[in-house]
Order: sequence, then C-alpha cells, then structure tokens
Amino acid sequence: MKTAIIKYNAGNIQSVAFALERLGVKPVITDDPEIISKADKVIFPGVGQASTTMNYLRQTKLNELIPTLTQPFLGICLGMQLMCNYSMEGNTPCLGIFDELIQRFPAANKVPHIGWNKLNNCKGPLFKDVTEDSYVYFVHSYFADQSQYSIAESNYIKPFSAALQKNNFFATQFHPERSGKTGEIILKNFIEL
Amino acid sequence: MLAKRIIPCLDINNGQTVKGIEFENLKNVGDPVELGKFYSDNGADELVFLDITASHEKRKTLADLVKKIARKINIPFTVGGGISSLEDADMILSAGADKISVNSAAINNPELIQQIAEKFGSQFIVLAIDAKFENEKWIVYKNGGRIKTGLELFTWTKQAESLGCGEILFTSMNHDGTKNGFALEPLKWLTENLNIPVIASGGAGSIQDFEEVFKYANVEAALAASVFHYKEIEISKLKQRLDKKNIPVRI
Repeated sequence: MKTAIIKYNAGNIQSVAFALERLGVKPVITDDPEIISKADKVIFPGVGQASTTMNYLRQTKLNELIPTLTQPFLGICLGMQLMCNYSMEGNTPCLGIFDELIQRFPAANKVPHIGWNKLNNCKGPLFKDVTEDSYVYFVHSYFADQSQYSIAESNYIKPFSAALQKNNFFATQFHPERSGKTGEIILKNFIEL
Repeated sequence: MLAKRIIPCLDINNGQTVKGIEFENLKNVGDPVELGKFYSDNGADELVFLDITASHEKRKTLADLVKKIARKINIPFTVGGGISSLEDADMILSAGADKISVNSAAINNPELIQQIAEKFGSQFIVLAIDAKFENEKWIVYKNGGRIKTGLELFTWTKQAESLGCGEILFTSMNHDGTKNGFALEPLKWLTENLNIPVIASGGAGSIQDFEEVFKYANVEAALAASVFHYKEIEISKLKQRLDKKNIPVRI
C-alpha cells in the first residue's frame, strides 16, 4: 500500500510523515501528480497561510488534481481549510470540495485557538474506537461552522467543525499527528480505510 | 472546553538538556530525545525545546536533534533558540517542529514577527520574553538574559501582538530557578490585556504554584523544567490535582 503526503510550501509535513512511520507506514512525500493519483491514500497536511499556499497549489496545478482524486484523502488543519470553498484568511478562493466558508474567530477572544480540546458528535469510520470527549490538539485562527459535512465537532467560543467528510474526502481541523494516542487511532483508522 | 496546558521545557546546550538557577550554573539533566519521549508518554501537553546557548554563540538550532525528537513524540513541539530569519524558521519546521519561538532576533528586528506570521501564519510563532522587575518596571532582556534592552514588557507584548505573534511565553528572570511560584501579577496583566494565549514560565516549585497561576493569572499554559526533570512533580499527579480543583486539563 502506498500513502502519499502532498508536498507543498506548507509546514508540518515532516511531523505527519513521522506519525505514519510510528504506525509502520512509510509515506512518500511528493508533488508529482502521477504518484499522487496512483497512491492508495493521500494526506494533505498543513500549517501555513491560506493565500500563499493556494497560490503555490495553483502554480503547481495541484489545485486541479486534488478535487478529482478518488482514493481516501485526508486534509489536516490548513489542508482542511483549503478543501473548503473560500477562506477569509487573505480572502482566498480555495479548492471547493466542501461547500463551506472558513471564518476567523472573533477578535474579542483569544486567537489562535491553541491547545487540547474535546471532540463531540464523532461519527463515521475515521472516529472508530474514539470515545466522545477525547482531547485532540488544535492550532488555528480560522474555522468552519458545523454543517452537513461535520463528522466531529468541538467548541471554542462556539461549536465548530472539528472534522469533515464528503465521500472519499476526509478532513480534520485538529492535528491527529500531534494528538497523542487519540490521534494515533484516527490516523490508523484512515490508513485502514 | 480548551484544556490548560502543562509544558515541560527542554533547555538544550550542546545537544543536552540543561537547567540552571537564574540562567547560570548550568547542569546536565538528561538526553533531550529520551526526555521528550518520556514526557509525551506521561501526560505532557506540549514540549518546548529551547537552545539557550544559540543566540549567544550565533549558532543555528540543531535541526538534526529536532528531527530525532519529532520522530519519537506524538504531542506538539515548539523550538526556539537562535532563530533569526524566515529560512531558520522554515528549517526548524521542516525538521518536524510544530511552532517556533523567537526571542532576541525579534527584539533586534521586530518585523521578523510579521514576516514569519505572514508566511506561515500567526499560530506558528511564539514570542519568548525574558524580563526582570527593576525600578517598578518589567524590563526585557535578550541573548538568554545576558543583555538588557530598553524595552518594557507590556509595551513589547502589545507591539508583538499587533505584528502577528501567535502566543507569548513569558519568563520572569526574578522567579526563574527559585521554585517560589510564578510571577502572578505581570502574567495576570498579560492575560487580561492581550488577545493571544500566554504561557507562564519561571518559578514553578510546587503543585500549588500551578494551581495558583491558572486560577489567579488565568494563563493558557504553564511551563517548567527542573521540577519535571528531577521528578519533583509528576505531571499525571499534577493534572489530577488541577482536575480536582476544576481547572480543565487533559487527563
């Protein structure tokens, strides 16, 4: 089985690769459309800024490839946000896989939302064996509202989507690769899809 | 509800973890890779890895060591020490760190905060500040507490926030190494006047000190080194106690 991690100008790629290695999976880190298309699983990680990273995805045409992929696909953090329609961060049109708007947490509160928060209303195969109220690690200033795509929620200032799914496309706002044992279960679930 | 974070700090000198009293008399307390793994398995919420000699010796943080630690642990991980450019930040992130912290370089060039925030996002940048209470003011020091600057803590943190800094890690040099508790008053000011998370550092000696800094100063996280490195406080016991006192923690 081949797992590809999409290589682009965003950070955190190495820690996702290490997390997979701890599960016994040796991922390929690549921006080659052919390798990505043929992989059994694709992971789209991300720490970074929306408009800068979208520009890069457009330059490399990865923006055209990603929505056409049919294998299990997992976006993480910024990766999840870029899979939505539009991000208020830098007023950026994104990939449009999820018909969702990425908004900033209100400035009256502490932003970014950094730290461990609880998961609620977890559903679907990504959250198999994950108990309600498990803690996972978040680092973000922007979020997606609860919606038809939500497969897990969390609450900071207000309830928001902690994870999304549409067909083969999965996405988490939190960082499973940095979420201790719970994160390991979630990554393992994805690998075993 | 967002949990309060407990963060062991791994001060690094020549590839080894160290902890000194008031930044001097450094003493080895172990291997950073082993310590990192130990803490991630025993309830730490995050690790901070500071190459405390880096600024002084103008040397880059050891990316290889960062990589070794990141390979082993499954909790978030901040790296600082001698990061003075976008390229440095990129290198550390590529090695597997989740956030970087800047200190002296941001004092010398405040625009660095803005540059890093614009390129990577605010959540990627932690501003570490060492300050000492002198003549009724909190004065900022740089280069590992060796050089006094003209900056005042509250002005500097406000400026850093407006430049796009994502988090403040404040160490009181008066309290660091004393084990008499955190610097509650300036920390309370910071949490009340900033809209970014604040990490308390310097002075942790007992479980009560942690309880107090979360209750009184309402910080988002508390950082300590020697009490954890010498096993004077076990993180699991600390968290159980905080939980009993209704302070939200990840157990």
